[in-house]
Amino acid sequence: MGNYHSVTLDKNRCIGCTDCIKRCPTEAIRVRHSKAEITDDLCIDCGMCIRVCKSQAKRALTDSLDKINKFKYKVAIPAPTLYTQFKKLRDPNIVLTALKKIGFDEVFEVAKAAEVVTAYSQKLLEEGKINRPVISSACPAIVKLIQMRFPSLIDNVMPIISPKEAIARYARQYLIDQGLESKDIGIFFITPCAAKVTNSRQPQTIKTSDVDGVISMKDIYLELIPVINKLQPEDIEILQMSSANGIGWAASGGEGLASKVYNLVAVDGIENVITILERVENNKLDVDFIECLACVNGCLGGPLTVENSFVSTNRMGKIKKYVKQQGKTRDLNIINPKIRLKWDYGLEVTHIRKLDDNMMVALTKMEQIDDLHKTLPRIDCGSCGAPTCKAFAEDVVRGDAIIEDCIFMLREKVRSMAEEMMALSGMLPPSIDQNRRES
Amino acid sequence: MNLHFDVEGGEFISAGVASSKVKKVLKQLAIQPEIIRKISVAMYEAEINMVIHAHGGVIDAEIMPDYVHVILKDEGPGIENIELAMKAGYSTASRLAREMGFGAGMGLANMKRYADILQIESEPGKGTTVEITVKLYPEQS
Ligand SMILES: Nc1ncnc2c1ncn2[C@@H]1O[C@H](COP(=O)(O)OP(=O)(O)OP(=O)(O)O)[C@@H](O)[C@H]1O
Ligand code: SF4
Ligand code: SF4
Ligand SMILES: [Mg+2]
Repeated sequence: MGNYHSVTLDKNRCIGCTDCIKRCPTEAIRVRHSKAEITDDLCIDCGMCIRVCKSQAKRALTDSLDKINKFKYKVAIPAPTLYTQFKKLRDPNIVLTALKKIGFDEVFEVAKAAEVVTAYSQKLLEEGKINRPVISSACPAIVKLIQMRFPSLIDNVMPIISPKEAIARYARQYLIDQGLESKDIGIFFITPCAAKVTNSRQPQTIKTSDVDGVISMKDIYLELIPVINKLQPEDIEILQMSSANGIGWAASGGEGLASKVYNLVAVDGIENVITILERVENNKLDVDFIECLACVNGCLGGPLTVENSFVSTNRMGKIKKYVKQQGKTRDLNIINPKIRLKWDYGLEVTHIRKLDDNMMVALTKMEQIDDLHKTLPRIDCGSCGAPTCKAFAEDVVRGDAIIEDCIFMLREKVRSMAEEMMALSGMLPPSIDQNRRES
Repeated sequence: MNLHFDVEGGEFISAGVASSKVKKVLKQLAIQPEIIRKISVAMYEAEINMVIHAHGGVIDAEIMPDYVHVILKDEGPGIENIELAMKAGYSTASRLAREMGFGAGMGLANMKRYADILQIESEPGKGTTVEITVKLYPEQS
């Protein structure tokens, strides 16, 4: 299957501007022939480019709601972020009921599994067998970032499956125990996140995903709004199983808060995460646990959300308060202690494209990049299609770009050619050149 | 490949630019993560020392096919007793530096631990030169 990515480009919409190349945290995007191109090996599916593209040319490939009809028994597993997308809504049961009304037979919350994952993480932290500081594996974009940019920290990553995978496993097992056949059960994750689309379709650390489809929160929002608006109080089913702690995982700091680890750092926003991981690499961060989320405000800021994440953060507080004080939960336990929460495989280092297999040649190329960089204007204008002059210099040395792609270098060249032409045009044949005869 | 850096003194907050640049280059060269970590931790500690204990200095890093050699040279107060300074926990860091989280007295001990070869020359009143060598493929030699 190669390197699958949910984040893709719609070429027809792309106008070839420089917005996404500048914001991609791994410098994975170049503009070539007036269109953006994503380098598969470098993309971590963080979704930043989806957020910044004004032409809506960057998308996450998700499933349409119709896909649920392929299965006899349709199960929705919504991420807790979904609850925060609706104005004035406090009771998760409203959202869960609405999901059933639009076609799902059953709803199980990712938030419920978040609680179980928290408990299991606590146990692993106490055992102390993982390198300290332990880094949460909840955000798949960050896990990929670590594999690529911070490989020395791979052994610090918590080797536990995500709440999404955990709830999918619990759901399937529970329904099988109820007499359903596995092939008839369709489990659909409602996602705020592009990276989780990718890791449902191409999981990294588990053999197979129990998620059969992934539906974007943006798409389902449009389906839910009219249903929620029409719901009468007596229609609301009690479907919620989660507690405020599990729901809180969606926000930055939520996982840490739930885990009750005292000495921790919770960091959100990919640039901030990079700064923190740099410090960990230098052995300069003395904490037990780090919760890192690629999006600002955590999954509440996911690229497939509808609401502004600062507003969602405010709502999250209100929802948690409601749930604690007057929330109603259903009397059903689908958590099965036999289900495995550990990874099947460890993480591997993602090798970036080497400059050259031969170290001598690679070093020479590094020098060439540095030398070329010094001759460039170093204003990172982006016109060449690379995010920075440094990245452009590397592209040239790798043979992926030519020096004249830089408009400043092109202008220099045109000028020196013009000067040469001027000089040439001033020359006369020796037969009539007075000066020459004299000298 | 040679990299040269001028390091300003007293700039605690932004310190670490040189080691982070060297780290970046080594990652681009696809060197083993553990080896990169050794170099960057040792070099970072030495770089910070020249910022907080001396008033900055110059760093020259030489990246060769089989080793990295870093020379950090300052004209600061020098180290009176190197053996004592090497002891884990020994520190003369200022209150300000301590408030910034430095001054555990672990820097030189860490450098010793991570560098394959560590050489320190220092003359009180004149300055300090630290040389760190890390082999890129230790199993071969
Ligand atoms: N470049 C230098 N110039 C002058 N003195 C130095 C220099 N490097 C180290 N020292 C002296 O050696 C002592 C020990 O250094 P070391 O790096 O081990 O600890 P530290 O810098 O005080 O604390 P830490 O590195 O844990 O933040 C310092 O406190 C200082 O007195
Ligand atoms: S999803 Fe993130 S890493 Fe991938 S191309 Fe977009 S901005 Fe870059
Ligand atoms: S913070 Fe949440 S929504 Fe954003 S990339 Fe990470 S897991 Fe996905
Ligand atoms: Mg020190």
